[in-house]
Amino acid sequence: MIGNNRHLLDLDTTSAEDIRRILDTAEGMKEISTRKIKKVPTLRGKTVVNLFFEPSTRTRTSFEIAAKRLSADAVNFTASASSTAKGETLLDTAKNLDSMAPDVVVIRHRFSGAPEILARNLDCSVVNAGDGCHQHPTQGLLDLFTVRERKGRLDGLKVSIIGDIAHSRVARSDISGFTTMGAEVFVSGPSTMIPTGIERLGVRVADSFEHALEGADVIIMLRIQLERRSGSLIPTLREYARFFGLNRERLRLARPDALVMHPGPINRGVEISSDIADGPESVILDQVENGVAVRMAVLYLLTGGSDETTD
Amino acid sequence: MKRLIKGGRILDPASGRDEILDLLIEDGRIARLEKDMKDRDGGDVFDASGLAVMPGFIDMHCHLREPGYEYKETVATGCAAAVKGGITSLMCMANTDPVNDCASVTTHILERAHEAGLAKVYPVGCLTKGMRGESLSEMGELAASGCIAVSDDGRPVPSGEIMRRAIAYAGIYGLLVIDHAEDLTIAGDGVMHEGYVSTMLGLEGIPASAAFSEVARNIALIKEFGGRIHIAHVSTAMVVGLVRRAKAEGLAVTAETCPHYFTLDHEAVIGYDTNAKVKPPLRTAEDVEAIIEGLADGAIDVIATDHAPHHADEKQVEFDLAAFGISGLETAFALTMGLVHGGRIPILQAVSKWTDAPAAVTGIRGGSLGVGEPADVVIADLDAQWRVNPEEFLSRGRNSPFAGMEVRGQVTATFVDGRLVYTREKGITGK
Ligand SMILES: [Zn+2]
Repeated sequence: MIGNNRHLLDLDTTSAEDIRRILDTAEGMKEISTRKIKKVPTLRGKTVVNLFFEPSTRTRTSFEIAAKRLSADAVNFTASASSTAKGETLLDTAKNLDSMAPDVVVIRHRFSGAPEILARNLDCSVVNAGDGCHQHPTQGLLDLFTVRERKGRLDGLKVSIIGDIAHSRVARSDISGFTTMGAEVFVSGPSTMIPTGIERLGVRVADSFEHALEGADVIIMLRIQLERRSGSLIPTLREYARFFGLNRERLRLARPDALVMHPGPINRGVEISSDIADGPESVILDQVENGVAVRMAVLYLLTGGSDETTD
Repeated sequence: MKRLIKGGRILDPASGRDEILDLLIEDGRIARLEKDMKDRDGGDVFDASGLAVMPGFIDMHCHLREPGYEYKETVATGCAAAVKGGITSLMCMANTDPVNDCASVTTHILERAHEAGLAKVYPVGCLTKGMRGESLSEMGELAASGCIAVSDDGRPVPSGEIMRRAIAYAGIYGLLVIDHAEDLTIAGDGVMHEGYVSTMLGLEGIPASAAFSEVARNIALIKEFGGRIHIAHVSTAMVVGLVRRAKAEGLAVTAETCPHYFTLDHEAVIGYDTNAKVKPPLRTAEDVEAIIEGLADGAIDVIATDHAPHHADEKQVEFDLAAFGISGLETAFALTMGLVHGGRIPILQAVSKWTDAPAAVTGIRGGSLGVGEPADVVIADLDAQWRVNPEEFLSRGRNSPFAGMEVRGQVTATFVDGRLVYTREKGITGK
């Protein structure tokens, strides 16, 4: 359990206290990953099913490693290998899974809200590993973890999220997570990519990209995808890179100790220039590493652990 | 055959009556309304004391699904649900399979309705052949076989020229053109109202402009070329404004809204409730307010259900994949009474939106308790409190966002042509 929640579906409804508990637990988990034998028996006998309806080697691998480091059995159930192609509904899949009695189902799905369907119909815990344009809570948590680790706090930081906010589940989880933890969140990007009513989620829409960067403590660059809406949002990647790409010159507007983050995979030379991605401000690889620790913490807490790790 | 309905509160908007009177039905027609009538000649007596007695409701926007989608609804199950909801006449939309664009489909629907013997069914034919939006349907044949209106409801007519010609051509046969107003170039693949809720949920939005754009186009056509049009399921403040202005200019434009548009807003979708997925989508609280104002000041003439039953399998899926629509026949009256109990609309005006107003728009006989009118009568307990339980619906469609809601106002009996077809205690009481 995370607070009163059996599931982790989004960060909208996750309290500051619960987020803090997850991040604190993740610190202990990160230590495990630095040992010679990166494995503890904590979740021995527990089963974690990775149910991925959308290919994502990175996130799936991260969950798989997290489960294995805690000695849980991790089973991968990918859409192509499953029967969903044969007209089985998500509800059928849920019922089938339930009869296998897993402890946690981790779901990635192309449609927003799909994890809710599992949560309503399964007896086990459900972790959302990204649903449509909705949320990707463990990504949000690992971003929070990475920033807290570097900055020592989250409260009062200026966090700017840049890119296709409208179609980004990472943006929504970051918005929920950072605002809940007291950061001041700005979003920016081409106005075609700023969704209606986003202010109601507690963020400010920056007047310009430059304004979003000014004095920022944290800059989160989102991956840009041209294939979305085939050109009705931005004309070309070239134009996007020129006006919304993060380069050295623009980065000077941010605080000198600003962190640059990206959920990956990056498009070098589009949303972020190579020298920034590989530069001292970049914590992109830390994010990947912390992803495992945060997911270990989530699996651990949901399967009944308290916030102290035992070995 | 005589039947005396005794002691009820007569609510008849056509005559402006709101008083306790006895109502005598003779040979399927309203014969007399009087105080303290004697029950002579051994006719049936129905005790309506403490209850409202109203003209049977006319629902000018339903989907009965037959032929082709009998697993969602049939003419018979839809008609049963209708009379349970106090609806004695209904118009069924043409998006069946095959679509209703020829006499054989229209005749099939009318035969089914006759067999069911409950509500009176008035089919709506396609506006374009095959509902493909390309060429005019055979409106003359449709009218001759029993259609009283044409519409491509569910599939808006993308071509302005086709719409222009259809309005003109339908006029020849006295067919009402019903417009499902939605500009698909704006609505795109949206699945709910575009606003902060769609943003929060990560769902594709349908901007309010989608409805505005198409209604504005069609009103412009009427203004330039004449003819008349009825705007289906108005859901936005912007369209209420358009219709109000068109009426002020004296244009032949009428409009309907549905109970869900004055009861719920887009927040009903939070939690990905697919039963709140409907087209047009549930809009904002400000839109809800504007709809109620439009009903009160007459910009919106009619309330209709847009009853759109679906099978559970079509709703128990991801929100993006779920079918659009609400099963509305059995909740419509109570939700309308919600406006009355909330002090937003006087009772006679609310009843009018279901009776003489749709009768005037559609030409359907009824909607009034005037002497000589068909004895389509609904008896209701205006204050009865009940909880919506879709499992108890007579409709096959259990898709209701109102499940579990506490409502006030319930139909207790329904007469069609003087025959008692439904009572709250016994259910359907035969044809
Ligand atoms: Zn429609």
